[in-house]
Amino acid sequence: MSKVRVLEVKQSVFAENDRHAEALRSELKQKKLFLLNLMSSPGSGKTTTLSRTIEALRDRLRIGVMEADIDSDVDAQTMAALGVKTIQLHTGGMCHLDADMTAQGLEGLETGDLDLAILENVGNLVCPAEFDTGAVKNAMILSVPEGDDKPLKYPLMFQVSDVVLINKIDLIPYVDFDMDACQKRILERNPRAQIFPLCARTGEGVGPWAAWLEEQVRSWQTSPALVRNIEP
Amino acid sequence: MHELGVVFYVIRDVKAVAEANHVSRITRVTLEIGEVSGVVHELLEDCWKWAIKKEPLMDEAQLEIETIPAVTFCEDCKQEYETVRYAKICPYCGSENTFLVRGDEFLIKEIEVEDPSEDPLEEPEEEP
Repeated sequence: MSKVRVLEVKQSVFAENDRHAEALRSELKQKKLFLLNLMSSPGSGKTTTLSRTIEALRDRLRIGVMEADIDSDVDAQTMAALGVKTIQLHTGGMCHLDADMTAQGLEGLETGDLDLAILENVGNLVCPAEFDTGAVKNAMILSVPEGDDKPLKYPLMFQVSDVVLINKIDLIPYVDFDMDACQKRILERNPRAQIFPLCARTGEGVGPWAAWLEEQVRSWQTSPALVRNIEP
Repeated sequence: MHELGVVFYVIRDVKAVAEANHVSRITRVTLEIGEVSGVVHELLEDCWKWAIKKEPLMDEAQLEIETIPAVTFCEDCKQEYETVRYAKICPYCGSENTFLVRGDEFLIKEIEVEDPSEDPLEEPEEEP
């Protein structure tokens, strides 16, 4: 006869991922490699924004890109055409990347000579917000046609994003989009968020964002190592 | 939306607990999920039924979900209120200076396991 007993677990499902993410960040710090996690809805212009960003910075920083998709490699081909090191990650149906998958991707990218690795996360405003990838900073793109109420509908995404790029500002005359209200809503969710309105298609506004990113990379590479308590 | 990913996480963690405790079979897993964690219970259960079939250790394990009610605290009037009913704005003083105290958890509370049927000869003998 088998006997049944109950084991108390009391453990957060996200705890292990959070530990892996912290460990990855410490490793990145040692390697002087800056990892940016870029998130957005599908169709917000993530790949175009990334292309513009790379064009602005590729002579100043050594950049690599990880393209996460459920399937396909169309984005990776676009990046490779820009002449940056690229790797395609397939999540195999999963709607997000976690710290382990990100670490594997970095290994595949061979980051030894890079300053900046950019992770283009799966296009979705819910799941990627829940899972810390180990990135140094989180960026998200909100495009104008999606509406100025997105910070109300997806609060967690805005809470975890250090920087919000408001893309497709050239479409403001054609849609109902209140820039001031949108910025106010973002800052209510995250008072520390940096906001850059831009148009990736024309390149308008890309300069200040690229300058901010370069400054973040430089400061990550030169500031003293962080002392964090990583629980075993 | 990420229910399947979450189910894989739960299975991984539960298997680790089972291994640490030399358990041969898991019959039930109880989760505690916050009311505003964003997880849809029905989807979670569907993903669960699909995913456990590939896990011999727990291929018939039942999933039980307990909900943790969401509570928000107002920094200005120092009162707590129901998050789902009143959202971000405090119903007592109208302040927006509020934060979630609990309700976004996703915890594995406990697992029910079967110990293998043991040969009486292998039972530790009690000292007289």
